[in-house]
Amino acid sequence: MEERERSGWTWRLAGLLAPVTIWLGLFFLVPLLLILIFSFGRSGVYGGITLGFNPGNYLKVFDPLYLEIVGRTFVIALTNTLLCLALGYPLAYFIVFKGHRWRNALILLVMVPFWTSLLVRAYSWVVILNGNGIANRTLQFLGITDEPVTLIFTPQAVTMGMVYSYLPFMVLPLYAALEKLDVSLKEAAQDLGASRWHTFWRVTFPLSMPGVIAGSILVFIPSAGEFVIPNLLGGSRTVLMGNLIQQQFLQARDWAFGSALSVMLAVLLLGAIMFYIRRIGTDKLEGV
Amino acid sequence: MGENKGGPIYKGLGKIPDRALFLFAGLVYLFFYAPIFVMVFFSFNENRSTQVWGGFSLKWYGELLRDQSVLDAFKTSMIVGVTATAIATVIGTLTALALTRHRFRAKTFADSTIYAATVMPEIVVGVSLLVFFVAIQFALGITTIIIAHVAFTISFVTIVVRARLSGMDQSLEEAAQDLGANPVTTFLRVTLPLILPGVMAGALLAFTLSFDDFVITFFVAGVGSSTLPLKIYSMIKFGVSPVINALSTVVLVATLVLILGGSRILTRREKT
Amino acid sequence: MGREKRFSRGDFLKVVGAGVVASSTLSTLSGCTVSTTAESGGGGGTGNENALNLYNWSDYVNPKTTIPNFEKKYGVEVTQDFYSDNEALLAKLQAGGTGYDVIVPSDYMVSVMRKSDIIQKLDRSKIPNFDNLSADFRGLPFDPNNDYSMPYQWGTTGILYNKKELGEISSWDVLWDTEYKGEIAMMSDVRETMGAALKLLGYSLNSTKPEQLEEAKQLLLEQKPLLRGYFASFEVRPLVQNGDVLLGHVYSGDGFLAIAENKDLDYAIPEEGATRWVDNMAIPVGAEHVDNAYKFINYILGAKAGASLTNYTYYGSPNEAAEPMIKKEILDDPRIYPPPEVFERLEVIEDIGEATRKYERIFTEVKSA
Repeated sequence: MEERERSGWTWRLAGLLAPVTIWLGLFFLVPLLLILIFSFGRSGVYGGITLGFNPGNYLKVFDPLYLEIVGRTFVIALTNTLLCLALGYPLAYFIVFKGHRWRNALILLVMVPFWTSLLVRAYSWVVILNGNGIANRTLQFLGITDEPVTLIFTPQAVTMGMVYSYLPFMVLPLYAALEKLDVSLKEAAQDLGASRWHTFWRVTFPLSMPGVIAGSILVFIPSAGEFVIPNLLGGSRTVLMGNLIQQQFLQARDWAFGSALSVMLAVLLLGAIMFYIRRIGTDKLEGV
Repeated sequence: MGENKGGPIYKGLGKIPDRALFLFAGLVYLFFYAPIFVMVFFSFNENRSTQVWGGFSLKWYGELLRDQSVLDAFKTSMIVGVTATAIATVIGTLTALALTRHRFRAKTFADSTIYAATVMPEIVVGVSLLVFFVAIQFALGITTIIIAHVAFTISFVTIVVRARLSGMDQSLEEAAQDLGANPVTTFLRVTLPLILPGVMAGALLAFTLSFDDFVITFFVAGVGSSTLPLKIYSMIKFGVSPVINALSTVVLVATLVLILGGSRILTRREKT
Repeated sequence: MGREKRFSRGDFLKVVGAGVVASSTLSTLSGCTVSTTAESGGGGGTGNENALNLYNWSDYVNPKTTIPNFEKKYGVEVTQDFYSDNEALLAKLQAGGTGYDVIVPSDYMVSVMRKSDIIQKLDRSKIPNFDNLSADFRGLPFDPNNDYSMPYQWGTTGILYNKKELGEISSWDVLWDTEYKGEIAMMSDVRETMGAALKLLGYSLNSTKPEQLEEAKQLLLEQKPLLRGYFASFEVRPLVQNGDVLLGHVYSGDGFLAIAENKDLDYAIPEEGATRWVDNMAIPVGAEHVDNAYKFINYILGAKAGASLTNYTYYGSPNEAAEPMIKKEILDDPRIYPPPEVFERLEVIEDIGEATRKYERIFTEVKSA
């Protein structure tokens, strides 16, 4: 399989990149620049920003309280990514290789619940997991517990909620990557005597790496900015960077600090991704 | 690429992993749909509560048909969702092609920008876009919502399509070109069909992100252009009304019918 | 294969150069202030003379009477959009999101908006129904001369509890009672929760004194292990209603909704004092249909509209002239219309300027603990 990459700029490349350059250039980079500028400004007491050069907003981040929040966010995002990978990979595998003619339907069925408002689904989880909800009643029925156990508004509920929200972000790229694998390769390996496990680990999984990487990135990044689930399912007892940034723009009316936090989050996350990609090796990204 | 039939592959212990996988997948789907079942259940509740059952009733469906603001919000969400998804999918796919098949100086910058667009917290994107629109005196409305939605979903499409494109055998495309097809024809007749599952997956993701977006939409929406999430969040003060459950159930049923129906038509076509 | 035309390095540099120039122009804005008032465009508006764009809390007007009657009387078409958060309203307006003619900010938010030039000074001559307002609701601390706002509805914040299990309750300290560990829910609104702690300590809920704030912080840290969590008022309501929690910190309206569904419950305004919150109508700077805005505000202050609001929302009306038309059960309810001795203990939330960030930081620390 030859992967041919063209080097250098060509009109074709420029043509392919023009739409995204215009759209993101205008509607992402310019606003981002605004945020960067804000991050060096000074917030007025009532909101609003006076522009200038105040690196102090960045120094404010180095407060034990905020650093703790940053650390916690990364741990939760990483855990979430690993859990989503553990659950998402088998599911994607199942859909691609065991789904047969229902493949398309199965993958669509993964997404359908996510077209119902997150609020509605989160509040439904509260109903399922609360004192006399289905979960507790089932546990008692099965004799596993005698009394209702506190399931909702706990850190575990937040973890579950995050996996619930982000699993599709892992499943879709994995599906896209696995789907293209030539089944005849698998058959060849097995005809040559390799066990199923061996085939999977030495052939299928490595070839699906681009999907694993894409899925990990698509789960890890937004997880780090999550703010809704800790509130709805965790009783606001877990403060993540998403909550902190939200709070700065709204309740604290400190747009400058909020901007600085966002820039730092972006830099940290980008750094993490670049590190991850380099570690895995750019060749794996290309699936060669 | 032949169909995955039975035969020599399923020798011996083959059955157990298969069954386990099937069971596992079933549990995951149950996990996804558990709150959905609850939601559907309570859409038929006699009480206004979405927690305590009071008897069977269809009254919320009746109210849904009478509630113009909810229906309007749904319509707006669909218009925004479909339009934004279409645009983002096209742009995202082109970008993925560019990034996967070319090597160029600014590639790291391009990569970083794509990833950065998924990194920014929603409140930051929302506020900064609003400030930007106001600065260039661009009137807020459905257009600004669509622009914003495309902006934050392009990267997701790009990343998903890249996962599909990477390492793809280009011999078919080269053959087409050797036979005289121009780049556009090659793309439409050869490349696109090959990467279609990836493109569809990206489009699916983009639509899902757009349909349920709240924060960014809140800031860039104009007067009277409420999307469904905005409407739902605004109704939340008195708890989620069963009317919302009713709407969500209707959408759910309609989607399932479309999917399962579409699936049967597709498989029938495949057989002929 | 030389099939593609090469994009020369020269071309590339030209494009990048243009981009660099554009960005550096933007970044030499040092020393300027970003205009965060709502004057520059960005609005929706229909250009239609007979329109009114109302931005309100949801379910705060009777959709069957209040709005349609206004529309009929004045021949104005009303477009309603909704928000559920004062701060989100502020952020949107500050970032330039105009297009609305009437907004409904709460007490302290009126102060903030006044001071950041987001709302305009009112021409009192266009609001003759101002005289309908009860004396208790004129000239409140956040707008001493009603130059910028007119009261809309008011209520209190207190404790919703299971009277059957707990008996009568009269003090905030029940929310700190270790006997009820895991059965208490507090609000996630920083001013309300800090307010409860400050009131229990005997201080003003608008306090900015560092020692008092520190004491309040310690109290909240003590309380955290006893809580189910911090929630929005409307989330606390079902928790208490369904018995998941015995004690909940709620707005009065949510309290009454719960009591209507569960007769075992009751709502108490603690003896140490509590919040009296007041939502108000205001006109943003740059509103397009100012005349219609005045008509609307005046209409709401009319006796009939005032009564229909309260009869629908079950919140208190600041409108004295409306009282004859308000349902007797509401007027007689001491929890909605408290007697003077209770009324005296209520405090209105005021904007505390710089100290807002201190409060926020304390709350972040407590939630993170």
